[in-house]
Amino acid sequence: MNIHEYQAAEIFSRYGIPVNRGIVCASPEEARAAAQEFGSRVVIKAQVHVGGRGKAGGIRLAAGPDEAEVAARQILGMTIRGVPVHRVLVAPAIDIAREYYLGVVLDRASRRVVVMASAAGGIDIEEVARETPEKIVREYADPLLGLHDYQARRLGFALGLEQDLVRPFAKLARQLFTAYMAVDASLAEINPLALTTDRSWLALDSKIVLDDNALFRHPEHEALRDPQAEDPLEQEARAAGISFVKLDGTIGCVVNGAGLSMATMDAVRLYGGTPANFLDVGGGASSQQVATALRLVLSDPNVKAVLINIFGGITRGDVVAEGLLEALKTVDVRVPLVIRLVGTRQEEGRHMLAEAGLTVVDTMEEAAQRAVQAAEGRETRA
Amino acid sequence: MSVLVNRETRLLVQGITGREGSFHTAQMLEYGTNVVAGVTPGAAGREAHGVPVFNTVTDAVAATRPNVSIIYVPAPFAPDAIYEAVDAGIPLVVCITEGIPTLEMVRVYQYVKSRGCRLIGPNCPGLITPGQAKVGIMPGYIHQPGPVGVVSRSGTLTYEVVWALTQAGIGQSTAVGIGGDPIIGTSFIDVLAMFQEDPETEAIVLIGEIGGTDEEAAAGYIREHVTKPVVGFIAGRTAPPGKRMGHAGAIISGGQGTAAEKIAALEAAGVPVAERPAQVAELIRKALG
Repeated sequence: MNIHEYQAAEIFSRYGIPVNRGIVCASPEEARAAAQEFGSRVVIKAQVHVGGRGKAGGIRLAAGPDEAEVAARQILGMTIRGVPVHRVLVAPAIDIAREYYLGVVLDRASRRVVVMASAAGGIDIEEVARETPEKIVREYADPLLGLHDYQARRLGFALGLEQDLVRPFAKLARQLFTAYMAVDASLAEINPLALTTDRSWLALDSKIVLDDNALFRHPEHEALRDPQAEDPLEQEARAAGISFVKLDGTIGCVVNGAGLSMATMDAVRLYGGTPANFLDVGGGASSQQVATALRLVLSDPNVKAVLINIFGGITRGDVVAEGLLEALKTVDVRVPLVIRLVGTRQEEGRHMLAEAGLTVVDTMEEAAQRAVQAAEGRETRA
Repeated sequence: MSVLVNRETRLLVQGITGREGSFHTAQMLEYGTNVVAGVTPGAAGREAHGVPVFNTVTDAVAATRPNVSIIYVPAPFAPDAIYEAVDAGIPLVVCITEGIPTLEMVRVYQYVKSRGCRLIGPNCPGLITPGQAKVGIMPGYIHQPGPVGVVSRSGTLTYEVVWALTQAGIGQSTAVGIGGDPIIGTSFIDVLAMFQEDPETEAIVLIGEIGGTDEEAAAGYIREHVTKPVVGFIAGRTAPPGKRMGHAGAIISGGQGTAAEKIAALEAAGVPVAERPAQVAELIRKALG
């Protein structure tokens, strides 16, 4: 789960990390008042769950309240990589001597949490990793003991920091690691981490991505969720326990299993079509769940055909068929349906669907081809 | 032969009286798996489908000597179930559970390794040696005994590929679902090494997906150590970056973990990669000659 910068900053400061605390504003007038309160130059930053907001013009400097209001008005009207900006963070502008990067992330290859730092701060760290990987220093935390103090110090020395800066930096690295572990994050990042002109450390941007799997043991994190930042269809899917990712193609996919769902999308493209979504109805998909899935997919106006691909394992074919028939009663299906159903009790399932006048095909390839043809307005019946 | 599970498997089911555990115990028994015991704290003395139930894994081990445990316990309690199995000395633990916190798995992985045990999963369908033992949630009837080892991060996609193999008259030595989470107990490389050693496995199918770099690592391993033919399939060619595609581990992050990179790595290691699941069977037939 993504959270906003201001929310991440609040969490960081709870763990002792010095952050450039700002005021969250939803209107230009609020931004003006915030700038007035700080009585200095301010920075106005879009609060959106996508990267690259600086390049997109979502971060502006303002000399005072007047400029802050103007800048906030512009940013609040923006859409950054498809995401509308509903809030800005207004914070005092800082006199920066140098910018660093400090992040904590899971390293899947070593199955450990890694703390990364770089003197090339303030820019896209993925770019640094690609172009000049030697500019990133890393320490791998012990899975059972965590990050040792000496490791945190070693990061500071590896960055070439002056002696007096190393210990405060190491303290910060340990605080960030502690915060990461405590909130069950999958990413915690300070970029840039500023060394100010008075030689103190300050987090200028705060980023946390929370591990979805761990949300059950952090009920307090539910309050951090921003419903405005999430696709409404994805929200509805989540509430129904369905994995759904909206894409921009024309063929709606309803599949059981994540891997099979991806493979189905790939098959659609292989035969010249474009998938409208990823959708996994889950293991023991109930009638109701299949119906919800179908409704979700059909509510996308771009969808010209729906491909249903169910490989029964623990999902029984007759249960799926029942769900489809239920759903078809309640949903206005205005596009062709192509159904592929294999697995436990497939004969019963296929029989039920055939009796209702629906066509069921044997293979995933055939289903994908038929769906592509249907989406192009060509005949689907064999 | 085969790998990991066979006729000698004596299976313990943790969470045997739960909905999933009970249902799949019946399914595994029906397939012929030797299920010797179950554990549900507080349910000792009961039977589930004729299988004796114990309060603790220690009790189950003392009474029935299981050598494999399968876990159908909800995510909040699954790590504890893994620790319990490992501490009782069970050498192979299969965790079906989806949704275990990733940082919990960092600890679990290290602990299991330090005890010299093997964990399969979590968030996996389990594994099956056709005709001998089904330790998981896969439909048994789609498999048949034969020479192809299958290793996969996915569930239903594995069934799809196995079904294509079986329909083409090609059986499987063992099919192992290693799981779709970012941290899993057993990697592609571990299973590739076992298949390479197994005299009855003549060819290998590797089914990967976007996210992480395990397929790339597997490709490197194949080039150096695997002499048997390997055929690959990678799901997620059309997956967008930054979005979790169902599995917690199926996400392209920081430009890493794309299908294109994985396919390129496998092909560079001489592994043909199928464009469609059914094509895996065609490529395997060619490889087997």
